[in-house]
Amino acid sequence: MPSYVIDEKCDGCKGQDRTACMYICPNDLMVLDVEAMKAYNQEPEFCWECYNCVKICPTQAVDVRGYADFVPMGASVVPLRGSEDIMWTVKFRDGTIKRFKFPIRTTDEGTAVPDGGYPEGPGDLNDQNLWTEPQSGGFDVLPTK
Amino acid sequence: MEAFETVELSTDLLIVGGGMAACGAAWEASYWAKKNNLSVLMVDKAAVDRSGAVAMGLSAINTYIGAGRGENTPEDFVSYVQNDQMGTTREDLVYDIARHVDSSVHLFEKWGLPIWKDAEGNYQRAGRWQVMINGESYKVIVAEATKSALGVDNILERIFIVKLLTDANDPSRIAGAAGFSVRENKVYFIKAKAVCCLCGGAVHIFRPRSVGEGLGRTWYPPWNAGSNYAMMAQVGAELAQMESRFIPTRFKDGYGPVGAWFLFFKASATNAFDEEYIHNLDVLKPWAPYDAAKPVPTPLRNHQMMLEVMAGNGPIFIRTDRAIAALAEKYKDDPKAYKKKMKELESEAWEDFLDMTISQALVWAGQNIFPESKKSEMMAAEPYFIGSHASHAGAWVSGPADLAPPEWNWGYNRMTTVNGLFTAGDGVGCSAHKFSSGSHAEGRIAGKAAIKFLVENPGDVNLDAGKFEEIKAEILLPLKTYEEGKGYTVTDDITPNYIRPKMFLFRLNKIMDEYAGGTSMWYTTNKPMLDRALEELRMLYEDSKFLAASDLHELMRAWENFHRLWTSEVHVRHLMFREETRYPGYYYRSDFKEVLDEENWKVFTISKWDPATREWSIRKEPVQNWLGL
Repeated sequence: MPSYVIDEKCDGCKGQDRTACMYICPNDLMVLDVEAMKAYNQEPEFCWECYNCVKICPTQAVDVRGYADFVPMGASVVPLRGSEDIMWTVKFRDGTIKRFKFPIRTTDEGTAVPDGGYPEGPGDLNDQNLWTEPQSGGFDVLPTK
Repeated sequence: MEAFETVELSTDLLIVGGGMAACGAAWEASYWAKKNNLSVLMVDKAAVDRSGAVAMGLSAINTYIGAGRGENTPEDFVSYVQNDQMGTTREDLVYDIARHVDSSVHLFEKWGLPIWKDAEGNYQRAGRWQVMINGESYKVIVAEATKSALGVDNILERIFIVKLLTDANDPSRIAGAAGFSVRENKVYFIKAKAVCCLCGGAVHIFRPRSVGEGLGRTWYPPWNAGSNYAMMAQVGAELAQMESRFIPTRFKDGYGPVGAWFLFFKASATNAFDEEYIHNLDVLKPWAPYDAAKPVPTPLRNHQMMLEVMAGNGPIFIRTDRAIAALAEKYKDDPKAYKKKMKELESEAWEDFLDMTISQALVWAGQNIFPESKKSEMMAAEPYFIGSHASHAGAWVSGPADLAPPEWNWGYNRMTTVNGLFTAGDGVGCSAHKFSSGSHAEGRIAGKAAIKFLVENPGDVNLDAGKFEEIKAEILLPLKTYEEGKGYTVTDDITPNYIRPKMFLFRLNKIMDEYAGGTSMWYTTNKPMLDRALEELRMLYEDSKFLAASDLHELMRAWENFHRLWTSEVHVRHLMFREETRYPGYYYRSDFKEVLDEENWKVFTISKWDPATREWSIRKEPVQNWLGL
């Protein structure tokens, strides 16, 4: 449909000022029906199927159905994103199921150190070195013509 | 109409956007700003964690030079890009990317991005310039480091900047920007002494191949609305090479990536008759000397495929089946090892889609395609505008002081022809093949240069506060038009009083598709067709004042489509100006068929809209090959 919300699973991210899917959608598609306390995709034909709403939903209420104008029915691709890896369950139209697991990051969430541990560099606005260069680029001296 | 609060903010450096270039700019500027006691504010239309073109993730980093390890030199990279882009490349800008991009990649790894390693512990190459990653959380990781460096208090999300503002006393000097919140009734005026405009490329200029529910399944993300090009043009910044659209040839319908398949898995492409058409090099002769370039330039590779399709030799297939069989071949005598290898290849194949184009995995699953046993179809997509991939539309910018010829250096790296206005990534013209890593590096270059500009130009700027009410009314006009125009008919959609953003978009897409070389015309256009496009665009421009929006979301769509209209006009003017077919496979001028005119057209095309006269001009700028490659 692209992304759709399963009625009985969505609780509208109760008690919060916005739903997780509204917060994350890069195209501002997800909205909360405040009376029903359910989120929905307000413009499914502009959905890129980036799955960010699916991955972030705390109740696993959001899923994606392939675009009806070119994907045959019956398949699904469902992620379960953890802090270190992501599990995918792929269900084919013919019923075949495949599962894949891929790492997503090597550091704990929230621990990225901005300078990456590299020395800050000469710190001169008038030369060509950026912050942490030349060392972070693997150079002793930045190349020039 | 409901009341809207006016919010006035002030900062030294304003960063508009939140993607890879914007994160690079914000990260870099945060360091130099602290040293110089300056403020930086970043404003994103969406949420930085998942905004921009890397929102879904990526399965490869396409620009890593390995210069420090002696794998390639910056000169090697410049030579590759120059040939791939048919001789119209700014070598100073590309060299600059090549020497800075590895630093960004090394930082990504330190922040937590998993990069594949080979047996020796070096980055696993997919091709000469590409490295493979587990990139599902690529953008989340880059955003995390950006937020940590800049401070979350200096980042505003869900605010759509729709106009750049120049100084009240000096129209050649940037002084800020205006926009609105897509969440609450607020209009923003942000005064800034320097601005980095980093809003990505342009999608939905042309009618996509899927126009039903799949309208949004474009190759590049639909939230790239041409805002970058439109906003910079509107304040008089020169744009360069805006004819350089990009046509990605990808897995059909889902637009899944082919790079890893061709480079890493060594897949071949065949036509309907099982012929590997890429060996038909004779058809590329009109484009000498670029026909002899290795690898074959991207437009020429596209051209080979398009000739096949136009000759009725489609469908075109990517032979995933043969590629996997060949890679598993050497294990065939050991059933256990063979099974293990097949499992590994299958997992890598699926990850390639699941990390960056999940839709294509859905297409495979929906069509019962098991890539190890069944070939897939490829198709050329609709045109896109993107300064960071295998095309080079964008602003005409100053180059680095130590690399640029004097006439291409006006003091501050990546500054446009408007003082204090910088850009990077998809916003910089004549400098292709940056991709995600190079866009981040270029954002950093622009971020540092903007701080240098601020330090050396400490004087204040002035916004004309007397015009705020007028600008606010202009920004909110579609809401007013809707309120006043609705109610005349039984349904609000169809009324003679206004046009909704969606129909406005369809009208634009139809004009561009049919007159300016879209998919329905197999990318072919000519002067009379482009004249018609301009006539139609003019009327669409007149009708843009009847755009109507029922809520903030639709107001965002209205402004996005207004930006798309501007981008379209610039594109048509550039297509019309370049009297040759330099980029076959991207577009064809039927009135200059198979014409590559090196004598007259080995030039950059540079356009400018003058805010004072409200007129367009366009000129040639000769290419300089200072590397002598």
